[in-house]
Amino acid sequence: MGGALFGAAYLVKRIGFAVVTVAVATVLNFLLFRVLPGSAVTRISRVPNASAELKHALEVEFGLDQPLTIQFWRYLVQLAHGNLGVSYSNRLPVTDNLIEAFANTLPMVATGTVLAILIGSALGVVAAARRGGWFDHLSTNIAVLLYAFPTQFLGVMILIAFAGVLPSAGMADPFRMDDSLWGTVTDVGLHMIMPVATLTLTLFAENTLIVRSAMLETLGEDYILTARAKGVPRRRIIVSHALRNAMLPVITMTALSLSSIVSGSILVEVIFSWPGIGRMLYEAVLQRDYPMLQGGFLAITIAVTACNLIADLTYFRLDPRVTA
Amino acid sequence: MSGNPAPLIDPAAAGLSPDTPSSLDKEGAATAPPSAIATVLHDPGAVIGLVIIAFYALVALFAPLIEPYSTVEATCGVFQPPSAAHWLGCDDGGIDMLSLVIRGSRISMLVGLSASLIAIGIGTVVGVAAGYFGGWVDMVLMRITDYLIVIPQMVLMIVVAAVWGPSLTHVVIVIGVLMWTSPARLIRAQVKGLRGRVFVRRAEALGASHVSIIRRHILPQLGPLLAANAVLAVTLAIFNETALAFLGLSDSTAITWGTILEHAFNRAAASAGAWWAVVPAGLAVGGIVMGCYMLGRAIEDSLNPRLRISYLSLRHWQMRTPPHRPEAAPRRGREA
Repeated sequence: MGGALFGAAYLVKRIGFAVVTVAVATVLNFLLFRVLPGSAVTRISRVPNASAELKHALEVEFGLDQPLTIQFWRYLVQLAHGNLGVSYSNRLPVTDNLIEAFANTLPMVATGTVLAILIGSALGVVAAARRGGWFDHLSTNIAVLLYAFPTQFLGVMILIAFAGVLPSAGMADPFRMDDSLWGTVTDVGLHMIMPVATLTLTLFAENTLIVRSAMLETLGEDYILTARAKGVPRRRIIVSHALRNAMLPVITMTALSLSSIVSGSILVEVIFSWPGIGRMLYEAVLQRDYPMLQGGFLAITIAVTACNLIADLTYFRLDPRVTA
Repeated sequence: MSGNPAPLIDPAAAGLSPDTPSSLDKEGAATAPPSAIATVLHDPGAVIGLVIIAFYALVALFAPLIEPYSTVEATCGVFQPPSAAHWLGCDDGGIDMLSLVIRGSRISMLVGLSASLIAIGIGTVVGVAAGYFGGWVDMVLMRITDYLIVIPQMVLMIVVAAVWGPSLTHVVIVIGVLMWTSPARLIRAQVKGLRGRVFVRRAEALGASHVSIIRRHILPQLGPLLAANAVLAVTLAIFNETALAFLGLSDSTAITWGTILEHAFNRAAASAGAWWAVVPAGLAVGGIVMGCYMLGRAIEDSLNPRLRISYLSLRHWQMRTPPHRPEAAPRRGREA
C-alpha cells in the first residue's frame, strides 16, 4: 500500500540518479578531451613541422573546425550508435576491445572482491564481538597494516615471492597443450591466484574495519541490551540481532568502495599483465590512445554506476524503511 | 617531538565540542572540560601517530643532511643487495636506496599535504555552504557531490593526468580537485546539525551576519572534524600519488616513493628478485599512512563517543553464577 508507493518512488529516484550519473560522465568525457587546455584533440592537430594544409586536413578529419555544440552533437550521435571510435594502437573498434577486456576483468575482480568481503566481514564480526581481546587487536592491526601499504607494493612483493611457483603474467599459458575445458579452467585459475590474492589483501582490510565499527555501533544499541537481559545466547545476539543490522552499512560501503576496487584492479592488472580493462587503460595512457582512454572511462563509469544501483536496490530490499 | 605537528590540530583547541562526554560528566562546571587535544592525546594511537608523523617530518626537513650518498650519482652496482655500506641496497641505476627513500619523503609528503589541503579546502567551502544555507544551494551542491563520488576517481585521475601530460603539479591538482567529495559530505552533516543548535539561532536572532556566524560559531566547531579529515586525506593523497606515478603519470624525474616503485617495477626488479628495490619505498608509504591513519582515527573516535559503548563487551555484563549452584546457568532462567 503506502509502502509500495514509497518503494516505487525510491526505485524511480535511484534509477534516475544512475541515468544522470552516466549523462554527467558522458559530458565530462567530452569536455575532458576537447575543451580543457592542452586537451587531446589540440595535440592531435599539433603535428611537428606540419604544413598548414596538413593541420587543416587533420582538423577537418577530426571535426575540429566545427563549433563545440556541433562536435558535441556528433559525439552523442556516435555514442548512441555504440560507436566509441577506433583504437589508435590496434585499429579495432574501441567497443570490441572494451567488451573483451571487461570479460577478462570480471572473473578476477569479482573473485577478489567477494573473497575480500567474506574474509573482511568474518574478521570484523569476531573482532567486534571480542572487543579489546587479543583477537581484536591482532586482526585490527593486521587490517590497518595491510590497508597502509599501496596495492602496487603488495603486488610486486607477491610477484617476487611466488614468481617461480605460480604463473606471474597474463591470463593463460600461450604454450598450453591441453585444450580441454578442464585444462583451460585450471590454467586460468592458476594465473588468477596472484592477482586475486593481491586484490583481496588490499581490499579486505577496509571491510574488516568497516564491519568492526558497524558491529560495535550496533552492539551499543538498546535492543542488544534488551536481548542480553532476556537471556538470549551470545551467539544468537551476534548473529541474528547485531550482524543483520550491521550488514546494512557494509552494502553501502562496498558500493562506495567500488572506486577503490577499480583503482586496485587497475594496478593489479598492470603488475600481473592481466589483459583486462585496467591494463587496457594503462596501455592507452602509454600510447596516447585517446579513443581507448575515452571509451574506457565511459565504460568503467557505467559499470560502477550499475553496481551502485544494484547495491541501492539490495539495500532497499533488506531495509524497506529507506526513502532517501 | 610531538610539539612539531601540533598546528595540524590546532583549530581543535578552539572548538571543544560540547558533545563529547568529557564535558558532560560530573566534574562539569568545576574544572574546565578537557580540550579536544587532551581528549585525543589520551588515546595511545594518537600519540604513536603523532610521533610517526613528526619523525617523517624531521626526516623530510633534514633529508640532505641525513642521506648517506648522492641521489643522482651511482655509488654502487646495479641492483646491488643490501650490505654494510649500503644498508638498503641499490636501485637499477646503482643509486643508494636509503638515500632515495629519504629524499623521496620530501616530495611525497609535500604532494600528500598540498593535495589534501586543496581537497579539504574545497570540501569545507562546499560542505559549509550546503549545510548552512540548505535549500537549493544544498541540493545543487550535494547533487554534484553525489555524481562525483560515484564516478571512479582513479580512472578520472588517469584520464585527466594523461590529457594534461605527466607533471607533479598536475598530479597535485588532480588529486586535490577530485578528493573533496567525502569531506564535503561529512562537513555538511556536521554543519547541518550545528545550524539548528540554540547558540547559532541566537546569534542569528541577534542580527549577526551569515559570514560572522560561520566564522565565529560554525568553523571553530568543525576543527576536530577538519583535522581528522585532513589527516586521513593525506594518506589517500599519498596513495594516489604512488598509484599515478606507478602508472607513469607523474614526473618520472622527480624522486618520490611512487616513482621509486615505478622504476623498480619497470626495470624488472621483480624478475631480478631485487626485493630491496621495492621494500623500502613501500614501507615508507606504509609507515606514514599508518601514522596518519592512527591520528585521524583517534580524532574521529573522540568525535563519536557512541563507539565506546558496547553492551556485549567482554569486560562488562558478565553474569555471576550463584555460589550454591555453580552448574546452573542463570541466564537461561526465565520468569513465569
